Amino acid sequence: MIEALDMGKYAANIWAAYGCFALIVGGLTIASLRASARAKRELKDLEARQGRARRKAVSDPS
Amino acid sequence: MSIWRYANPAEFMRVSGAALPWVAGGAIAAMALGLIWSLLFTPADYQQGQTVKILFIHVPAAIQAINGYLVMVVASLIGLIRRHHVSFLVAKAAAPIGAGFTLLGLFTGAVWGEPMWGTWWVWDARLTSFLILFFFYLGYMALWAAIDDPEKAADLSAVLCLIGGVFAMLSRYAVQFWATLHQGTSISLSGNQKLTDEFFYPLMVMLIAFLLTFVALLLLRVRTEIRLRRARAIRLANSEG
Repeated sequence: MIEALDMGKYAANIWAAYGCFALIVGGLTIASLRASARAKRELKDLEARQGRARRKAVSDPS
Repeated sequence: MSIWRYANPAEFMRVSGAALPWVAGGAIAAMALGLIWSLLFTPADYQQGQTVKILFIHVPAAIQAINGYLVMVVASLIGLIRRHHVSFLVAKAAAPIGAGFTLLGLFTGAVWGEPMWGTWWVWDARLTSFLILFFFYLGYMALWAAIDDPEKAADLSAVLCLIGGVFAMLSRYAVQFWATLHQGTSISLSGNQKLTDEFFYPLMVMLIAFLLTFVALLLLRVRTEIRLRRARAIRLANSEG
């Protein structure tokens, strides 16, 4: 296993490429998941508030 | 059943919600397999040595960067012609993913080029058009962010996207139009591939992994955009009521 990971004299270039891959794909994934969670939370709050406002308007038309 | 029913946000959310776990699972599995195979079980190339392992990242990233932009072009065109908001949101959601893959293609190309070509960068047609494509990605995202009115932002950024499509196509076919330092195509859909099996199969796995990753991230981001659009509509309705 260790031998397979020995990338020879251009190891720095190879590991830099794979590191950049991890950074970009990992970063995109984390950013997308966080944005998704934030949007879900925001919409849920707004819909709950809207539902409460509607129920209030029905029960108290004045 | 018409394909246009997916332009309905509710229908898109239903179908994409069911598909996303499968696509994401496939992306993770293919990426794990491709990375282990390409890093640990492929031999050094007789000319490139171990630097050939960079190409298992570089080639799929570059292909997906160009395909991602073409997805944006098609989505923008549909949005402009048929006024489907989900199409504009698909283009908007694809941009950061495509920009990320373009940056990855540029970086991995540079770290491969330094030992193989003796230079990090050359201003040849393929590399230059690819760099311009990256700037179009950035410009597209900046334009969306700069305009407050989402309808106007969608229209103007769609037009910019279509202009950038020229560079996406140029980047794709530059090696056929001009003599470039960048080598020609080594794999093709017609089966005219110039790689031996020990490099071809792990590269195919990585191509599938990048494609599935792109689709999974795209679905996730479009769903987020649809939710944000709905939240904006509720806020607007509340402020007017």
